[in-house]
Amino acid sequence: MNFELTKTQQLFRQMIREFAEKEVKPLAAEVDEQERFPMETVAKMARLGIFGIPIPKAYGGAGGDNIMYSIAVEELSRVCATTGVIVSAHTSLCAAPILDHGTEEQKQKYLPKLASGEWLGAFGLTEPNAGTDASAQQTMAVEEGDHYVLNGNKIFITNAGYAHVYVIFAMTDKSMGTKGISAFIVEEGMPGFSVGKKESKMGIRGSATCELIFENCIVPKENLLGKIGGGFGIAMKTLDGGRIGIASQALGIAQGAMDETVKYTKERKQFGKSLSQFQNMQFQMADLQTKVEAARLLVRSASFKKDSGIPYSADAAMAKLFAAETAMEVTTKAVQFHGGYGYTREYPVERMMRDAKITEIYEGTSEVQRMVIAAKLFK
Amino acid sequence: MNKADYKNVYVFIEQREGVVQSVALELLGKARDLADALGEKVVAMFPGSGIADQAQDLIAYGADDVILMDTPVLKNYITEEYAQAIHQLIVAFRPSIVLIGATTIGRDLGPRLSARLETGLTADCTKLEISEGGELMMTRPAFGGNLMATIMCTEHRPQMSTVRPGVMQKREKDPSRKGTVIRFEPKFDKSRFKVKLLESVKENKGKIDITEAKILISGGRGVGCKENFEKLAALANVMDAEVSSSRAMVDAGIMPHERQVGQTGKTVRPNLYMACGISGAIQHLAGMEESDFILAINKDKFAPIFKVADLGIVGDVNKIIPLLTERLSKEIKK
Amino acid sequence: MNIVVCIKQVPDTTEIKINPVTGTLIRDGVPSIMNPDDKGGLELALELKDKWGAHVTVITMGPPQADLILREALAMGADRAILLTDRKFAGADTLATSHALAGALKCLDYDLIVAGRQAIDGDTAQVGPQMAEHLGLPQVSYVAGFEMKDGKYIVKKETEEGYQMLEVEAPALVTVLASAYKPRYMNVSGIVDAYGKEVEIWGADKIDVQENQLGLKGSPTRVNKAFTKGLKTAGEVFEVDPEEAVGIIISRLKEKFII
Repeated sequence: MNFELTKTQQLFRQMIREFAEKEVKPLAAEVDEQERFPMETVAKMARLGIFGIPIPKAYGGAGGDNIMYSIAVEELSRVCATTGVIVSAHTSLCAAPILDHGTEEQKQKYLPKLASGEWLGAFGLTEPNAGTDASAQQTMAVEEGDHYVLNGNKIFITNAGYAHVYVIFAMTDKSMGTKGISAFIVEEGMPGFSVGKKESKMGIRGSATCELIFENCIVPKENLLGKIGGGFGIAMKTLDGGRIGIASQALGIAQGAMDETVKYTKERKQFGKSLSQFQNMQFQMADLQTKVEAARLLVRSASFKKDSGIPYSADAAMAKLFAAETAMEVTTKAVQFHGGYGYTREYPVERMMRDAKITEIYEGTSEVQRMVIAAKLFK
Repeated sequence: MNKADYKNVYVFIEQREGVVQSVALELLGKARDLADALGEKVVAMFPGSGIADQAQDLIAYGADDVILMDTPVLKNYITEEYAQAIHQLIVAFRPSIVLIGATTIGRDLGPRLSARLETGLTADCTKLEISEGGELMMTRPAFGGNLMATIMCTEHRPQMSTVRPGVMQKREKDPSRKGTVIRFEPKFDKSRFKVKLLESVKENKGKIDITEAKILISGGRGVGCKENFEKLAALANVMDAEVSSSRAMVDAGIMPHERQVGQTGKTVRPNLYMACGISGAIQHLAGMEESDFILAINKDKFAPIFKVADLGIVGDVNKIIPLLTERLSKEIKK
Repeated sequence: MNIVVCIKQVPDTTEIKINPVTGTLIRDGVPSIMNPDDKGGLELALELKDKWGAHVTVITMGPPQADLILREALAMGADRAILLTDRKFAGADTLATSHALAGALKCLDYDLIVAGRQAIDGDTAQVGPQMAEHLGLPQVSYVAGFEMKDGKYIVKKETEEGYQMLEVEAPALVTVLASAYKPRYMNVSGIVDAYGKEVEIWGADKIDVQENQLGLKGSPTRVNKAFTKGLKTAGEVFEVDPEEAVGIIISRLKEKFII
């Protein structure tokens, strides 16, 4: 049993932390304020190989592990949750299912460009009437000769409009329920595929969240991902991995808010001493840091199990549940500890509190995580 | 090596385009103190081309002897050319102490010479003294100014030191001082000349040198914005001062880097340093705490700057400065 | 083209604080980093590698922990890494350090040696020129630009007033300014490979140097004493309205003959 990061993981953390501090943090407020997708940061991350961390070298990736990937999302989110989710959605929700379920041809075609960041990736499961209940899919895929024809709408799709590759779920046989869902790799520019309205959000405002529209969209047969009817399984397995990404994002937000609050309470003086010298403040901060560290251990443990080939579905759910709720609690208290300043956009904790909320919602709400954990408990 | 064979305090006289640099005169002043303490002479090592008429000035600033190396080879500074000349001079004359200005030239030449002579060199000294045993004690900052170290070179000669410009005091020029001018002709091994100067470019980026200012009015986060820096500039105008700033204002793009005081900026020691709205992070203190008189104005009475200030005012800098400007301009008109 | 870059592991001096009670340096928990000017030098070498296909060797002298900055250099793109480590090097001043490094450099092929202008822990800027002297190489310090033309190096050197352009015969040694070369980040793929590569460990017996030139024995200078400047005693602090404050300021400045 060893709780230490390996030397390679430590070296990676050193790099990503420096990158986040110097390249990402200075843009965080602006990206949020202007609801601007940080394309320049994406280009920089692409050059460093951040979009291909857990993808094997054979497919153009860095050949790293999921702990490194988790550290990347954590450290980026510590300063900018928007940037964190761009990497998370791309890696966990698009590159990972192609790596896990794609044919050799699909892997050769898509993974090198996804790993290099030349192409961004996205994932389309949620629909207006199919959120937590993913089996209520209404998007249809009908086989016609050498292709499928897709019709329907997806909503709340992260990286939409900026991504080139989308892993899309659609019903190929409505009578089969979840066993009638199949997965497809859809590329930007395929006939009948377009990006719809962009959402205006409470948090992670720089990330692009849009509707996807399929109107007689022609998808070549070779772009079926996995087996026909195997889509639901792919979606569930993909979301298990995605939860590590979002748990890491939540952890990063929580740690970022702790960092800001420690700094602020040391500087801010009231009644002749700094806030950090009040014991009530010290105790509350100690409790929060304990939770952050517990969240970190859950995230690391889930990542470690995934890397080791051990089933990790419930672990990922626990990590996401706990990290997300910790992020919400820490950021809410961070705003409180900043007083009036915390409520203004002059200090980053205001943004962090807004950013934290989404981690309790997307890629499975906290309620869904509890369902997953309970299912394992009572099986 | 017999230490007794080595005598006198030698100063490298740095000239650029024939103009003797201020640091060389400062070093002559310091060398005078050291030589007097030792009962020895101050010798100026003066390389250049067409510079002979300036030798007397060096005597006026404290040199007893001037060793002139007047040759076109030494017109502009190039490492090897200068290293050969000064090395031969040192071997021939055997100085006990060699002082060099810590400029881009001195910091290039000094280590090259010390390696050729296999002797010690202490960089960027801020204080030089003679010990009871007659050895040179060289004090310099390290760890970004956080630590001071006193260094000695007791078993090797000469004892060499580069000295920061602006730290030592030059003496009043005394044209009546008498001294000797000696000509020395180095024998150059031109086969070792491997660097050619293609061009020297002066860049006037509106550069001002805050290290030369007698009064610095320095603004930090508490000043805040560009308009408020105009208020500092107005005061500077009245007081014949320069405006400098803390790193925060440079990072914010409000002030240019060449006006930054502190560890990553410049080290200054003006007669008056006015810290306006500067909290006084250690990196900033490292760059200004040697100032003769420090006046701090800050809203936060717990700001660390007050720990080094000779006079501290707790208050709003943006109210106090315009008032001070007004009062001072009236006083000056009187 | 073979380039050797000399790098040093240093404490991040911007993180060093002074204990307000004792006036001593707090060095605990201060991270060790690759010296910034050296990292700029490595960037210059890697840019030459990108452009001309140079082979880049990094070398550092230090304790075994200095392995970390060599891994970092490998992850940035260096091809070979050497750690000079031996108890015999301990206690070296700049001259003895330059002898050890020059002794190692004599065992390597090079067309260009790159070092940082100075290290942030000592700020001496001496080791580069001293190595050049031991190796009989031309040197240029304060380098902010570097090109190659007809087998010669065209080097931009920063000065107080502006800059100089110098033509230098190869092989040569340059010392580089961090401000001129923004270092690249480690590449993720490079990080994954860094610990799989070999870092060569060289002791004093492996290099071309006389033993009396090394360590404390080979150091002509000695630190006689080291001290923090101590805490300056605070002067008077007034908390008064602006009018009164201005009055105090003016009278005090007059007292001190500043105005």
